[in-house]
Amino acid sequence: MCRLTALLGGVFAAAGAHAVDLPEDRAELLYHAYTGGGVTANGPALLVRKSVLDKVSLQGTYYVDAVSNASIDVVTTASPYRETRTEYGLSADYVYRDSQITLATSSSKEPDYTANSVSLDISQESFGGMTTTSLGFTRGSDTVGKHNAPEFADYAKHWQYRVGVTQILTKTWIASANFEAIADDGYLQSPYRVARVFGAAVPENDPRTRSSRAMKFRLLSDLGHRDAVHADYRYFYDTWGIKAHTAELGYSRYFGDAILADAYLRYYTQTHALFYSDNAQQQTTYVSRNRQLGTFNSVGLGGKVAYALRKVPGSYDVKLNAGYQYVRFKFSDFTDIRTGNPYATNASVLQLYVSSTF
Amino acid sequence: MTAPRLFIAAALAAIATLSGCAIQPWVKPYERERLADPIMKFSRDSLAEKHNEHVRDVREGARGATGVQGGGCGCN
Repeated sequence: MCRLTALLGGVFAAAGAHAVDLPEDRAELLYHAYTGGGVTANGPALLVRKSVLDKVSLQGTYYVDAVSNASIDVVTTASPYRETRTEYGLSADYVYRDSQITLATSSSKEPDYTANSVSLDISQESFGGMTTTSLGFTRGSDTVGKHNAPEFADYAKHWQYRVGVTQILTKTWIASANFEAIADDGYLQSPYRVARVFGAAVPENDPRTRSSRAMKFRLLSDLGHRDAVHADYRYFYDTWGIKAHTAELGYSRYFGDAILADAYLRYYTQTHALFYSDNAQQQTTYVSRNRQLGTFNSVGLGGKVAYALRKVPGSYDVKLNAGYQYVRFKFSDFTDIRTGNPYATNASVLQLYVSSTF
Repeated sequence: MTAPRLFIAAALAAIATLSGCAIQPWVKPYERERLADPIMKFSRDSLAEKHNEHVRDVREGARGATGVQGGGCGCN
Protein backbone atom coordinates (compact mmCIF):
# COMPACT_ATOMS: atom_id res chain seq x y z
CA MET A 1 0.00 0.00 0.00
CA CYS A 2 2.83 2.34 0.96
CA ARG A 3 4.56 1.55 -2.27
CA LEU A 4 1.35 2.26 -4.18
CA THR A 5 0.92 5.59 -2.36
CA ALA A 6 4.54 6.48 -3.05
CA LEU A 7 4.10 5.53 -6.69
CA LEU A 8 0.93 7.63 -7.04
CA GLY A 9 2.63 10.48 -5.20
CA GLY A 10 5.53 10.23 -7.61
CA VAL A 11 3.20 10.29 -10.59
CA PHE A 12 1.35 13.37 -9.33
CA ALA A 13 4.62 15.07 -8.39
CA ALA A 14 5.97 14.36 -11.87
CA ALA A 15 2.74 15.63 -13.42
CA GLY A 16 2.93 18.74 -11.27
CA ALA A 17 6.59 19.31 -12.10
CA HIS A 18 5.74 20.47 -15.59
CA ALA A 19 2.87 22.89 -15.96
CA VAL A 20 1.71 25.45 -18.46
CA ASP A 21 2.34 29.05 -17.43
CA LEU A 22 -0.47 31.57 -17.48
CA PRO A 23 -0.05 34.20 -20.21
CA GLU A 24 1.98 37.06 -18.73
CA ASP A 25 0.26 40.24 -17.63
CA ARG A 26 0.48 42.82 -20.39
CA ALA A 27 -1.01 45.93 -21.90
CA GLU A 28 -0.98 47.17 -25.50
CA LEU A 29 -2.12 50.50 -26.86
CA LEU A 30 -2.30 50.58 -30.66
CA TYR A 31 -3.05 53.11 -33.36
CA HIS A 32 -3.82 51.40 -36.66
CA ALA A 33 -4.44 52.84 -40.11
CA TYR A 34 -5.29 51.20 -43.43
CA THR A 35 -5.20 53.38 -46.55
CA GLY A 36 -5.78 52.12 -50.05
CA GLY A 37 -8.18 52.01 -52.97
CA GLY A 38 -10.14 55.01 -51.69
CA VAL A 39 -10.68 53.44 -48.25
CA THR A 40 -9.21 54.63 -44.99
CA ALA A 41 -9.86 52.73 -41.77
CA ASN A 42 -8.10 53.83 -38.64
CA GLY A 43 -8.50 54.11 -34.91
CA PRO A 44 -7.18 53.15 -31.51
CA ALA A 45 -7.17 49.75 -29.87
CA LEU A 46 -6.40 48.76 -26.30
CA LEU A 47 -5.64 45.42 -24.66
CA VAL A 48 -5.17 44.72 -20.96
CA ARG A 49 -4.39 41.29 -19.55
CA LYS A 50 -4.11 40.56 -15.83
CA SER A 51 -3.87 37.31 -13.90
CA VAL A 52 -6.04 36.61 -10.88
CA LEU A 53 -5.06 34.14 -8.12
CA ASP A 54 -2.35 32.62 -10.38
CA LYS A 55 -4.96 30.38 -12.02
CA VAL A 56 -6.96 32.65 -14.28
CA SER A 57 -5.85 35.38 -16.66
CA LEU A 58 -8.46 37.91 -17.71
CA GLN A 59 -8.17 39.98 -20.87
CA GLY A 60 -10.20 42.91 -22.11
CA THR A 61 -9.90 44.50 -25.56
CA TYR A 62 -11.34 47.62 -27.12
CA TYR A 63 -10.98 48.21 -30.86
CA VAL A 64 -12.23 51.06 -33.03
CA ASP A 65 -12.36 51.19 -36.84
CA ALA A 66 -13.32 54.60 -38.24
CA VAL A 67 -14.01 53.86 -41.91
CA SER A 68 -14.18 56.39 -44.72
CA ASN A 69 -15.13 54.55 -47.89
CA ALA A 70 -14.77 55.91 -51.39
CA SER A 71 -13.65 52.60 -52.93
CA ILE A 72 -14.16 51.84 -56.62
CA ASP A 73 -17.49 50.05 -55.85
CA VAL A 74 -18.73 53.07 -53.95
CA VAL A 75 -17.45 55.69 -56.39
CA THR A 76 -18.94 53.96 -59.45
CA THR A 77 -22.27 52.76 -57.99
CA ALA A 78 -23.07 54.65 -54.75
CA SER A 79 -22.06 57.56 -52.52
CA PRO A 80 -18.96 57.71 -50.34
CA TYR A 81 -19.71 57.21 -46.64
CA ARG A 82 -18.17 57.30 -43.19
CA GLU A 83 -18.96 55.04 -40.27
CA THR A 84 -17.39 53.72 -37.09
CA ARG A 85 -17.16 50.16 -35.89
CA THR A 86 -16.49 49.50 -32.21
CA GLU A 87 -15.55 46.10 -30.85
CA TYR A 88 -15.26 44.91 -27.26
CA GLY A 89 -13.69 41.62 -26.28
CA LEU A 90 -13.43 39.78 -23.00
CA SER A 91 -11.63 36.51 -22.36
CA ALA A 92 -10.55 34.31 -19.48
CA ASP A 93 -7.71 31.80 -19.57
CA TYR A 94 -7.63 29.03 -17.00
CA VAL A 95 -4.55 26.88 -16.52
CA TYR A 96 -4.59 23.42 -14.99
CA ARG A 97 -1.37 21.39 -15.09
CA ASP A 98 -0.50 21.04 -18.81
CA SER A 99 -3.79 22.42 -20.12
CA GLN A 100 -5.01 25.89 -20.88
CA ILE A 101 -8.68 26.64 -21.40
CA THR A 102 -9.74 29.95 -22.95
CA LEU A 103 -13.29 31.24 -22.97
CA ALA A 104 -13.77 34.40 -25.00
CA THR A 105 -16.57 36.63 -26.14
CA SER A 106 -16.65 39.62 -28.45
CA SER A 107 -19.19 42.15 -29.57
CA SER A 108 -18.80 44.41 -32.62
CA LYS A 109 -21.19 47.21 -33.56
CA GLU A 110 -21.49 49.54 -36.53
CA PRO A 111 -24.61 51.42 -37.61
CA ASP A 112 -25.87 48.69 -39.98
CA TYR A 113 -24.12 45.57 -38.66
CA THR A 114 -23.66 43.91 -35.29
CA ALA A 115 -21.57 40.80 -34.70
CA ASN A 116 -21.39 38.79 -31.48
CA SER A 117 -19.31 35.71 -30.87
CA VAL A 118 -18.39 33.22 -28.17
CA SER A 119 -15.41 30.91 -28.40
CA LEU A 120 -13.85 28.12 -26.43
CA ASP A 121 -10.26 26.96 -26.95
CA ILE A 122 -8.37 24.21 -25.19
CA SER A 123 -4.66 23.57 -25.56
CA GLN A 124 -2.68 20.74 -24.04
CA GLU A 125 1.07 20.35 -23.73
CA SER A 126 2.38 16.83 -24.00
CA PHE A 127 5.53 14.91 -24.72
CA GLY A 128 7.59 16.75 -22.11
CA GLY A 129 6.36 20.12 -23.34
CA MET A 130 7.53 19.52 -26.91
CA THR A 131 4.05 19.21 -28.40
CA THR A 132 1.11 21.56 -27.91
CA THR A 133 -2.24 20.41 -29.28
CA SER A 134 -5.16 22.81 -29.48
CA LEU A 135 -8.86 22.54 -30.20
CA GLY A 136 -11.23 25.46 -30.58
CA PHE A 137 -14.76 26.46 -31.48
CA THR A 138 -16.35 29.83 -32.21
CA ARG A 139 -20.04 30.56 -32.63
CA GLY A 140 -20.85 33.88 -34.27
CA SER A 141 -24.20 35.55 -34.64
CA ASP A 142 -24.66 38.73 -36.69
CA THR A 143 -27.55 41.03 -37.48
CA VAL A 144 -27.47 42.84 -40.81
CA GLY A 145 -29.24 46.13 -41.45
CA LYS A 146 -29.27 48.78 -44.15
CA HIS A 147 -28.96 52.56 -43.98
CA ASN A 148 -32.25 54.40 -44.52
CA ALA A 149 -34.12 51.10 -44.90
CA PRO A 150 -35.59 50.17 -41.51
CA GLU A 151 -37.67 47.44 -43.16
CA PHE A 152 -34.48 45.53 -44.08
CA ALA A 153 -33.28 43.10 -41.41
CA ASP A 154 -31.44 39.83 -41.83
CA TYR A 155 -28.96 37.62 -40.01
CA ALA A 156 -25.73 35.67 -40.50
CA LYS A 157 -24.51 32.82 -38.32
CA HIS A 158 -21.01 31.38 -38.26
CA TRP A 159 -19.53 28.19 -36.87
CA GLN A 160 -15.75 27.82 -36.71
CA TYR A 161 -14.00 24.62 -35.66
CA ARG A 162 -10.21 24.55 -35.42
CA VAL A 163 -7.46 22.16 -34.45
CA GLY A 164 -3.74 22.78 -34.31
CA VAL A 165 -0.40 21.27 -33.32
CA THR A 166 2.80 23.13 -32.45
CA GLN A 167 5.88 20.96 -32.30
CA ILE A 168 9.43 21.64 -31.12
CA LEU A 169 11.51 19.86 -33.77
CA THR A 170 15.06 20.60 -32.58
CA LYS A 171 16.84 23.09 -30.29
CA THR A 172 16.37 25.73 -32.99
CA TRP A 173 13.31 24.68 -35.05
CA ILE A 174 9.59 24.93 -34.27
CA ALA A 175 6.75 23.94 -36.62
CA SER A 176 3.00 24.27 -36.44
CA ALA A 177 0.03 22.99 -38.42
CA ASN A 178 -3.45 24.48 -38.09
CA PHE A 179 -6.72 23.39 -39.65
CA GLU A 180 -10.01 25.27 -39.53
CA ALA A 181 -13.48 24.51 -40.88
CA ILE A 182 -15.95 27.38 -41.11
CA ALA A 183 -19.66 27.17 -41.88
CA ASP A 184 -21.75 30.28 -42.58
CA ASP A 185 -25.47 30.60 -42.88
CA GLY A 186 -27.64 33.62 -43.63
CA TYR A 187 -27.14 36.93 -45.42
CA LEU A 188 -23.51 36.72 -46.58
CA GLN A 189 -23.45 39.60 -49.05
CA SER A 190 -23.75 43.38 -48.91
CA PRO A 191 -27.13 45.12 -49.19
CA TYR A 192 -25.41 47.99 -51.05
CA ARG A 193 -23.26 46.23 -53.65
CA VAL A 194 -24.48 45.70 -57.20
CA ALA A 195 -23.57 43.15 -59.85
CA ARG A 196 -23.53 43.67 -63.62
CA VAL A 197 -25.67 41.54 -65.94
CA PHE A 198 -25.59 42.41 -69.67
CA GLY A 199 -23.97 45.69 -68.59
CA ALA A 200 -26.88 46.65 -66.32
CA ALA A 201 -26.58 47.09 -62.55
CA VAL A 202 -28.61 44.58 -60.53
CA PRO A 203 -28.55 43.80 -56.78
CA GLU A 204 -25.97 41.10 -56.04
CA ASN A 205 -27.26 37.75 -54.83
CA ASP A 206 -24.90 35.36 -53.01
CA PRO A 207 -25.82 31.87 -51.73
CA ARG A 208 -27.03 31.83 -48.12
CA THR A 209 -24.65 29.08 -47.06
CA ARG A 210 -20.90 28.73 -47.34
CA SER A 211 -18.56 26.09 -46.06
CA SER A 212 -14.78 26.66 -45.97
CA ARG A 213 -11.64 24.74 -45.09
CA ALA A 214 -8.22 26.23 -44.39
CA MET A 215 -4.93 24.64 -43.43
CA LYS A 216 -1.79 26.48 -42.50
CA PHE A 217 1.75 25.24 -41.94
CA ARG A 218 4.48 27.31 -40.30
CA LEU A 219 8.19 26.83 -39.73
CA LEU A 220 10.33 29.01 -37.49
CA SER A 221 14.07 28.66 -37.02
CA ASP A 222 16.69 30.37 -34.87
CA LEU A 223 19.68 31.03 -37.13
CA GLY A 224 22.14 31.42 -34.27
CA HIS A 225 23.21 35.06 -34.58
CA ARG A 226 20.32 36.52 -32.59
CA ASP A 227 18.23 36.23 -35.74
CA ALA A 228 15.46 33.95 -36.97
CA VAL A 229 13.66 33.09 -40.17
CA HIS A 230 10.06 31.92 -40.72
CA ALA A 231 8.10 30.43 -43.61
CA ASP A 232 4.30 30.05 -43.70
CA TYR A 233 1.96 28.48 -46.21
CA ARG A 234 -1.87 28.34 -46.17
CA TYR A 235 -4.24 26.58 -48.51
CA PHE A 236 -7.94 27.52 -48.53
CA TYR A 237 -10.97 26.26 -50.41
CA ASP A 238 -14.73 26.64 -50.03
CA THR A 239 -18.06 25.53 -51.48
CA TRP A 240 -18.30 28.79 -53.48
CA GLY A 241 -15.41 27.56 -55.63
CA ILE A 242 -12.71 29.82 -54.24
CA LYS A 243 -9.24 28.29 -53.91
CA ALA A 244 -6.50 30.39 -52.34
CA HIS A 245 -2.81 30.05 -51.57
CA THR A 246 -0.92 32.27 -49.13
CA ALA A 247 2.85 32.15 -48.67
CA GLU A 248 5.00 34.26 -46.38
CA LEU A 249 8.73 34.46 -45.75
CA GLY A 250 10.17 36.54 -42.96
CA TYR A 251 13.40 37.42 -41.20
CA SER A 252 13.82 38.76 -37.64
CA ARG A 253 16.93 40.11 -36.02
CA TYR A 254 18.12 41.89 -32.88
CA PHE A 255 20.20 45.06 -33.15
CA GLY A 256 21.92 45.51 -29.80
CA ASP A 257 19.87 44.72 -26.72
CA ALA A 258 17.08 47.19 -27.35
CA ILE A 259 15.92 46.72 -30.94
CA LEU A 260 14.17 43.76 -32.56
CA ALA A 261 13.35 44.19 -36.25
CA ASP A 262 11.26 42.03 -38.60
CA ALA A 263 10.85 42.06 -42.37
CA TYR A 264 8.51 39.85 -44.41
CA LEU A 265 7.21 39.23 -47.89
CA ARG A 266 3.68 37.86 -48.32
CA TYR A 267 2.07 36.55 -51.49
CA TYR A 268 -1.65 35.77 -51.79
CA THR A 269 -3.57 34.45 -54.76
CA GLN A 270 -7.15 33.22 -55.23
CA THR A 271 -9.49 31.96 -57.93
CA HIS A 272 -12.99 33.41 -58.30
CA ALA A 273 -16.27 32.15 -56.84
CA LEU A 274 -18.49 30.18 -59.23
CA PHE A 275 -21.12 32.93 -59.31
CA TYR A 276 -18.67 35.84 -59.60
CA SER A 277 -18.83 37.76 -62.85
CA ASP A 278 -17.38 41.07 -63.98
CA ASN A 279 -20.30 41.43 -66.41
CA ALA A 280 -22.55 38.34 -66.57
CA GLN A 281 -23.69 37.28 -70.04
CA GLN A 282 -26.45 35.02 -68.77
CA GLN A 283 -29.01 35.26 -66.03
CA THR A 284 -28.29 33.04 -63.04
CA THR A 285 -29.81 32.69 -59.58
CA TYR A 286 -26.61 33.80 -57.90
CA VAL A 287 -24.51 36.65 -59.19
CA SER A 288 -21.90 38.86 -57.56
CA ARG A 289 -19.37 41.47 -58.58
CA ASN A 290 -17.73 41.60 -55.17
CA ARG A 291 -14.06 41.78 -56.19
CA GLN A 292 -13.13 40.02 -52.91
CA LEU A 293 -14.70 36.95 -54.60
CA GLY A 294 -12.92 37.53 -57.95
CA THR A 295 -9.57 36.31 -59.26
CA PHE A 296 -6.73 38.37 -57.88
CA ASN A 297 -3.35 38.30 -56.24
CA SER A 298 -1.64 40.55 -53.78
CA VAL A 299 1.98 41.05 -52.79
CA GLY A 300 2.77 42.56 -49.42
CA LEU A 301 6.13 43.79 -48.16
CA GLY A 302 6.26 44.64 -44.49
CA GLY A 303 8.54 45.55 -41.65
CA LYS A 304 8.31 46.03 -37.91
CA VAL A 305 10.62 47.50 -35.28
CA ALA A 306 10.32 47.05 -31.52
CA TYR A 307 12.42 49.27 -29.25
CA ALA A 308 12.79 48.32 -25.57
CA LEU A 309 12.31 51.67 -23.83
CA ARG A 310 12.58 50.35 -20.27
CA LYS A 311 13.34 46.94 -18.94
CA VAL A 312 13.47 45.88 -15.30
CA PRO A 313 14.03 42.09 -15.35
CA GLY A 314 11.44 40.24 -13.31
CA SER A 315 9.36 43.38 -12.87
CA TYR A 316 8.22 45.09 -16.07
CA ASP A 317 9.22 46.25 -19.52
CA VAL A 318 7.93 48.85 -21.96
CA LYS A 319 8.38 48.64 -25.74
CA LEU A 320 7.69 51.11 -28.51
CA ASN A 321 6.65 49.43 -31.77
CA ALA A 322 6.12 50.55 -35.34
CA GLY A 323 4.94 48.37 -38.24
CA TYR A 324 4.32 49.17 -41.88
CA GLN A 325 3.14 47.05 -44.79
CA TYR A 326 2.83 47.98 -48.45
CA VAL A 327 0.40 45.84 -50.47
CA ARG A 328 -0.19 45.70 -54.22
CA PHE A 329 -3.52 44.16 -55.36
CA LYS A 330 -3.95 43.04 -58.98
CA PHE A 331 -7.39 41.89 -60.13
CA SER A 332 -7.70 39.69 -63.24
CA ASP A 333 -11.47 39.79 -63.80
CA PHE A 334 -12.63 43.06 -62.24
CA THR A 335 -12.74 45.91 -64.73
CA ASP A 336 -12.30 49.50 -63.66
CA ILE A 337 -15.33 50.80 -65.57
CA ARG A 338 -13.83 54.30 -65.54
CA THR A 339 -10.87 53.19 -67.69
CA GLY A 340 -11.88 49.79 -69.10
CA ASN A 341 -8.70 48.19 -67.73
CA PRO A 342 -8.35 45.45 -65.08
CA TYR A 343 -8.39 47.08 -61.67
CA ALA A 344 -5.23 47.33 -59.57
CA THR A 345 -4.58 49.28 -56.42
CA ASN A 346 -2.03 49.81 -53.63
CA ALA A 347 -2.61 49.90 -49.92
CA SER A 348 -0.58 50.69 -46.84
CA VAL A 349 -1.09 49.34 -43.35
CA LEU A 350 0.41 51.26 -40.45
CA GLN A 351 0.61 50.20 -36.81
CA LEU A 352 2.10 52.28 -33.99
CA TYR A 353 1.87 50.87 -30.51
CA VAL A 354 3.22 50.71 -27.01
CA SER A 355 3.35 47.32 -25.33
CA SER A 356 4.24 46.50 -21.77
CA THR A 357 4.54 43.39 -19.63
CA PHE A 358 4.29 43.71 -15.86
CA MET B 1 -14.85 16.26 -43.42
CA THR B 2 -16.81 13.00 -43.70
CA ALA B 3 -17.27 10.70 -40.69
CA PRO B 4 -14.83 7.94 -41.87
CA ARG B 5 -12.11 10.51 -42.58
CA LEU B 6 -12.72 12.13 -39.19
CA PHE B 7 -12.46 8.69 -37.53
CA ILE B 8 -9.17 7.91 -39.30
CA ALA B 9 -7.77 11.33 -38.29
CA ALA B 10 -8.83 10.74 -34.66
CA ALA B 11 -7.30 7.23 -34.70
CA LEU B 12 -4.01 8.56 -36.10
CA ALA B 13 -3.97 11.32 -33.47
CA ALA B 14 -4.61 8.72 -30.72
CA ILE B 15 -1.81 6.47 -32.03
CA ALA B 16 0.55 9.43 -32.23
CA THR B 17 -0.32 10.46 -28.66
CA LEU B 18 0.00 6.93 -27.24
CA SER B 19 3.22 6.26 -29.08
CA GLY B 20 4.59 9.30 -27.24
CA CYS B 21 4.94 6.95 -24.25
CA ALA B 22 7.60 4.99 -26.12
CA ILE B 23 9.61 7.88 -27.62
CA GLN B 24 11.37 10.19 -25.20
CA PRO B 25 11.32 13.97 -25.74
CA TRP B 26 14.56 14.61 -27.62
CA VAL B 27 14.89 18.31 -26.79
CA LYS B 28 15.22 18.59 -23.01
CA PRO B 29 13.76 21.60 -21.16
CA TYR B 30 17.28 22.92 -20.42
CA GLU B 31 18.06 22.83 -24.15
CA ARG B 32 15.18 25.20 -25.01
CA GLU B 33 16.83 28.48 -24.05
CA ARG B 34 16.97 29.73 -27.63
CA LEU B 35 13.38 28.65 -28.27
CA ALA B 36 12.21 30.70 -25.27
CA ASP B 37 13.44 33.97 -26.80
CA PRO B 38 10.64 36.29 -28.02
CA ILE B 39 12.17 36.12 -31.52
CA MET B 40 10.96 32.48 -31.63
CA LYS B 41 7.28 33.25 -31.00
CA PHE B 42 4.85 32.77 -33.89
CA SER B 43 2.85 35.74 -32.62
CA ARG B 44 4.32 38.44 -30.37
CA ASP B 45 1.72 41.20 -30.15
CA SER B 46 -1.90 40.10 -30.22
CA LEU B 47 -3.52 43.47 -31.06
CA ALA B 48 -1.26 44.02 -34.07
CA GLU B 49 -1.93 40.44 -35.24
CA LYS B 50 -5.66 40.94 -34.77
CA HIS B 51 -5.51 44.09 -36.89
CA ASN B 52 -3.57 42.31 -39.66
CA GLU B 53 -6.07 39.44 -39.69
CA HIS B 54 -9.02 41.83 -39.80
CA VAL B 55 -7.52 43.74 -42.74
CA ARG B 56 -7.03 40.44 -44.62
CA ASP B 57 -10.46 39.01 -43.71
CA VAL B 58 -12.13 42.09 -45.15
CA ARG B 59 -10.14 42.13 -48.41
CA GLU B 60 -9.47 38.49 -49.24
CA GLY B 61 -11.81 35.57 -49.98
CA ALA B 62 -9.81 33.17 -47.79
CA ARG B 63 -10.02 33.07 -44.02
CA GLY B 64 -9.22 30.82 -41.08
CA ALA B 65 -6.41 28.62 -39.73
CA THR B 66 -4.33 31.66 -38.87
CA GLY B 67 -3.68 30.66 -35.27
CA VAL B 68 -5.13 34.02 -34.24
CA GLN B 69 -8.22 33.49 -32.15
CA GLY B 70 -11.42 34.23 -34.05
CA GLY B 71 -13.91 36.89 -33.16
CA GLY B 72 -16.87 38.64 -34.66
CA CYS B 73 -16.29 41.12 -37.40
CA GLY B 74 -18.55 43.04 -39.67
CA CYS B 75 -16.65 41.87 -42.72
CA ASN B 76 -19.39 42.08 -45.32
